[in-house]
Amino acid sequence: MKELSLNILDIAKNSVKAEATRIGIKIDENIPDNTLTIVISDNGCGMSEEFVNRVRDPFTTTRTTRKVGMGIPLFELAASQCGGGLEIESKRGEGTVVTARFEYDHIDRAPIGDMPGTITTLISGSPDIDFEYIHVLNGTEFIFDTAEVREVLGGVPLDTADVLNWINEYISEGLDGLRKSGN
Amino acid sequence: MKSLAELKAIRERVQNQMELRSDDTDKTRIVVGMATCGIAAGARPVLNEFMQEIDKRNLSGVSVSQTGCIGMCRFEPIVEVFRPGEEKVTYIKMTPDKVAKVVTEHIVNGRPVSEYTIGAAEGGK
Repeated sequence: MKELSLNILDIAKNSVKAEATRIGIKIDENIPDNTLTIVISDNGCGMSEEFVNRVRDPFTTTRTTRKVGMGIPLFELAASQCGGGLEIESKRGEGTVVTARFEYDHIDRAPIGDMPGTITTLISGSPDIDFEYIHVLNGTEFIFDTAEVREVLGGVPLDTADVLNWINEYISEGLDGLRKSGN
Repeated sequence: MKSLAELKAIRERVQNQMELRSDDTDKTRIVVGMATCGIAAGARPVLNEFMQEIDKRNLSGVSVSQTGCIGMCRFEPIVEVFRPGEEKVTYIKMTPDKVAKVVTEHIVNGRPVSEYTIGAAEGGK
């Protein structure tokens, strides 16, 4: 994957598959500590301990079209190749938390990339799921939550083109604001 | 700055439109493969380009949706187009640049862009 935002899209889709109703994505950039932490959490069906233990193996998958699943292994590779790693906590019936840690300035760390694109792609694929996106830069937070958007929209679906465009621009502006104030 | 007030205006506009086009029974469906293989090959910008193009041309009765692995990962990004009463058309190795042509020729005018299809790739070996 060229950007971490693509790994995030891919891993969050596992949460969709796990029938989560709420998915959290948190990116924490801490430049003084030289850390980048990405957390994807959901309230989906969770995994058994036995499945968690073998989910990093590319030959583990739930899909039926083929026998490999590269999502978790690729995310783990992205983290471990730059001095970090991947943790998975999961409980049947409660949900899953996937945490990836990176050395911020490691030469092999992929850029974060287009997060507004990842969030709008997730929403357009699953307009009934609530997504919370928190982006922290050196302690300053930007928070976007579809639950709030949904409230304003009344019955209008989130996957309407005008709404998705608004969300994309809203997040882009929020992240630009962070970059300006957080450095 | 984008504001929630702006979102309210969008709500009102969309609600009016929804009343105007309440039934889209003859829907054309554009389906983009968005599993790990598709995402890694560049499906996200292709999906977004389709959504922008459909919106720009204000096409009604056309939906853009996502699916998992279609099973031919080497051809990703793969896009399938279903038009009512016609056979499915599978486009392979899609890029955002190819999207406008598919929308104009196929979605609007009903003529599949054969050089982008899986049939063209397999026949050309």
